[in-house]
Amino acid sequence: MSFTGIVSIALGAILIENFIFSQFLGICPFLGVSRKVDTALGMGLAVTFVMGLASVFCWLVNTLLLVPLGLTYMQTVAYILVIAALVQFVEMFLKKSIPGLYQALGIYLPLITTNCAVLGVVLLNTQKNYDFLSSLVYGITGGIGFLIAIVLFASVRERLDLTADCPRSFEGFPIALISAGLLALAFMGFSGLKVF
Amino acid sequence: MNVKKQFRDGLITNNPVLVQLLGMCSTMAITTTLFNGIGMGISVIVILTCSNIVISLLRKIIPNTIRIACYIVVVAGFVTIVDLLMQAYLPSLSESLGVFIPLIVVNCIILARAEAFASKNGIVASALDGIFQGIGYTLVLIVMCVIREFLGNGTFGGGLLGPEGAGIRILPEGTAATFLVLPVGGFLTLGCLIALMQYLLRKSEEKKKGGEDK
Repeated sequence: MSFTGIVSIALGAILIENFIFSQFLGICPFLGVSRKVDTALGMGLAVTFVMGLASVFCWLVNTLLLVPLGLTYMQTVAYILVIAALVQFVEMFLKKSIPGLYQALGIYLPLITTNCAVLGVVLLNTQKNYDFLSSLVYGITGGIGFLIAIVLFASVRERLDLTADCPRSFEGFPIALISAGLLALAFMGFSGLKVF
Repeated sequence: MNVKKQFRDGLITNNPVLVQLLGMCSTMAITTTLFNGIGMGISVIVILTCSNIVISLLRKIIPNTIRIACYIVVVAGFVTIVDLLMQAYLPSLSESLGVFIPLIVVNCIILARAEAFASKNGIVASALDGIFQGIGYTLVLIVMCVIREFLGNGTFGGGLLGPEGAGIRILPEGTAATFLVLPVGGFLTLGCLIALMQYLLRKSEEKKKGGEDK
């Protein structure tokens, strides 16, 4: 894997094909936990961590177990089990060794199992036939893309709650969706970015 | 058990997308042509109904502490079945929906219905709940598809009707607002739809008649 290849995967995952704004993966936590910047940051970091780990473990499971045994049709089931187990282990590990971080993440940890960005990145790794290093890079940078998106959106939303004077029907969720749409419009500008 | 109430809940008053705000990812991602919307909707109806039935059957056996993991395994099994069937019989649909078919596993609608309904109710009620909630989801998908395809591409029924499945052209080429079929359009269209729903629900509540006019 060449250096330029890795850079292009990273830039692609963070900016050009951002998980939230161009692939629509992980919208539920994106809209659910973006009321405050701090919680958004915690969620983003946790998701980045799990996405990196899940990419590695699912790559290993797929290459060492499913492909040699001819069980690739079980991919979806195997992946979701790996992710659920991983999230559980991360939760237990953090609780024991880094209680501070565990408390900060709190309820968001178990929610990550059903975050479609995590399962999405793993499935995309398989679909694109990425090797070990590319999978790892794609997982982590995809998570960073999610982190950037959710923190940006949370900062927009904090101001929105304070100052916005919008029609009653648009209060709450609809106006949040529309501001997310405008952010997506801004991110569309990156699609012109040519990587090597 | 009240079938009529369940029906109205699933389609309007407790619509999974517009009122419960579940399943956003797939709603926005795949609603670019009518064919995609219908295909996705039917897959979700089938999976939701089957998983609701099985979870309702197993609701007394599944231990409470690991119930979410059990639900996910049941759902993943049905998703795999639908995924493989679609790859075999409808390869073009499977290609255009891509990664979003396996992602039905983590679609919040299915887990939410398993947790909120199927784990507490009987088999028949759960099956009906699956069908009605699925139909409610499909209706939203179809509305989104029609709006986005018409305004963003100037056609109707892409993938199903017209020459080579390109859809029936209504607006002349080049006049449509292409950004609506891009990701941006998903956020904007859904935002407006939810706003419309909130408006209608508030209106009907104010009238206190209970009948929805949508």
